Amino acid sequence: MSTSTPLAPATTAVPLAPVVRRRRRRLTPGRIALVAVLSVGLAGTLLPFVWMILGAFKTNAEIMRRPITWWPQAPTLDNFRAWFFEFDMTRYFFNSVFLAVVSVATTLLFCSMVGWALAKLEFPGKKVLITVVLGTMFVPGIVTLIPQFVLVANLNMVGTYWGMILPGMVGAFGVFLMRQFMLEIPDSLLDAARIDGAGEFRIFARIVLPLCRAPLATLAIFTFMGSWNGFLWPLIVSQRDSLYTLPVALALYTSPTGDKGAEFGLQMAGSVLIIVPVLAVFIAMQKHFVQGIAMTGIK
Amino acid sequence: MTSTTTERRTPPATSRRPGKSVSLAARRRRTAVIAWLFAAPFVLSFGVFGLVPLLSSFGMAFTDLRVNDIRTPFAVDFVGLGNFAEVLSDTTFLRALRNTLGFVVVGVPLSLFSALVLAVMLNSLGRRAATFFRVGYYTPVVTTIVAVAVVWRIMYQPNGLINSLLADIGIDGPNWLGDTRTALPALTLMAVWRSIGSSMVIFLAGLQAIPSDVKEAAMMDGASTVQRFFRITIPMMMPTILLNAILTTTGFMQFFDEPFVMTNGGPLQSTTSIALYVFNQFQWGNYSVGAAGAYVLFAIISIFAIIQFRFFRQRT
Repeated sequence: MSTSTPLAPATTAVPLAPVVRRRRRRLTPGRIALVAVLSVGLAGTLLPFVWMILGAFKTNAEIMRRPITWWPQAPTLDNFRAWFFEFDMTRYFFNSVFLAVVSVATTLLFCSMVGWALAKLEFPGKKVLITVVLGTMFVPGIVTLIPQFVLVANLNMVGTYWGMILPGMVGAFGVFLMRQFMLEIPDSLLDAARIDGAGEFRIFARIVLPLCRAPLATLAIFTFMGSWNGFLWPLIVSQRDSLYTLPVALALYTSPTGDKGAEFGLQMAGSVLIIVPVLAVFIAMQKHFVQGIAMTGIK
Repeated sequence: MTSTTTERRTPPATSRRPGKSVSLAARRRRTAVIAWLFAAPFVLSFGVFGLVPLLSSFGMAFTDLRVNDIRTPFAVDFVGLGNFAEVLSDTTFLRALRNTLGFVVVGVPLSLFSALVLAVMLNSLGRRAATFFRVGYYTPVVTTIVAVAVVWRIMYQPNGLINSLLADIGIDGPNWLGDTRTALPALTLMAVWRSIGSSMVIFLAGLQAIPSDVKEAAMMDGASTVQRFFRITIPMMMPTILLNAILTTTGFMQFFDEPFVMTNGGPLQSTTSIALYVFNQFQWGNYSVGAAGAYVLFAIISIFAIIQFRFFRQRT
């Protein structure tokens, strides 16, 4: 969200298109109706989150009580406590964070490196590499799921961190994003550095990467989200409780047929523990999100 | 970052780097080696964990690989199109296909239309208000599907939040997830809720790219708001709509987390998706059948993308 600035500078800072601007600023009935409609829609959109957060502090009986109570009548932390004492929530949390951090680190490093080679260096095999990367970008993940599992099984990595990490280390999208941005870096800048005697690795580390902060931030966010929200791969490869990520633990332990299937307060508390960190990242970095989407056209 | 201080320390022309004496061919070879060194980490990990599974998935779909063969994936028999024949004659798969298509055909247009309307509304707001609403409407997109599916599963309970809100306006709500007629629509609604924001942001970027002089010219010529929307905004947005249509369709086609968490495909397979079918085949050890099912899904996604591409091409 943009930090609140005093009104006067905001209007004077936009000298262009005075007609259109002034038109938009006026408070017409139409504009008020528009904001009202949008507000109602937004309330509806956010309602599940409000219900979830409030519900996490309610007893099971209260969640199902009619008429509904919005604010917890007798706020309780039992739902959260259960996750930490009956289940190993600390562990799942660590697993999710660990996998996300590793996947962000490797993706940023490896994708920017290959992106750099594909953007600015000439080498045999370059065209093939570009074709393969772009060609596989839109292959749905489910296609490679089973062979990936067979491969990981043959490497004896099922039920290990390696098995969870290795297939998620890089992504074609990251290469595409980094390359697109690096193509824009002027050659004159690089030539100047080369004339000054800088080697290619030095140029990459000292000139290119600092210039790529924006796409790196975008890639970091999307990779983090992908890893944090990822479900299918950790579901099939983790295999034991100590390797479960947050979504796997939540889905498996709150299954409607399981013994926590009717413990709605516990379920909502689990959802809160997963969603709140990701929401915090989103709100803190929302500018980069929007930039990234505008930059790439990819969600 | 460290750049500002270190750049200045870059040694001047007196480095150990070979000067003009090196031949062009040698320098080119050097560049190629360096380039491949840059590419190596990606090529290795992507090759082993991306490309190898991709290529072998295609082979796998034509074999009789099962869980017992997992250690000897090459010692299997080829069965030709047998797996595809099995998949396409499996009533569960056909049910999953129908569910997936229904989900896509209803969900994607609903999501795109809502997102476009929202984007147009936001685009006519001031900057600060637009940012506020954009962040708000985008929120569901970033949240974990599994977690929101758990929350919606509770809201959809027979005496859950949704039915109690409906009761307030005098409607006796159904058992959403327990009824074969309402389970898939209930999942669709949730998926639409979660996907609107991402299309909306892309639409907004597209709207902002429309040159304002075009709109102003139309305004001068006396075009109404509705006319401008259909005659200028929509045609100029076609590439953006195409992009969104393909991305949303591809995403919806693979829906898995929602049915897995909320219904496990039930009741009576009314919410089984193709991805869930593939997963179940995998769980039962029918690896090659699962691989074939995944390829059928891939083919359908590709066909949809081609149709959408043609459709929008004709209109621009």
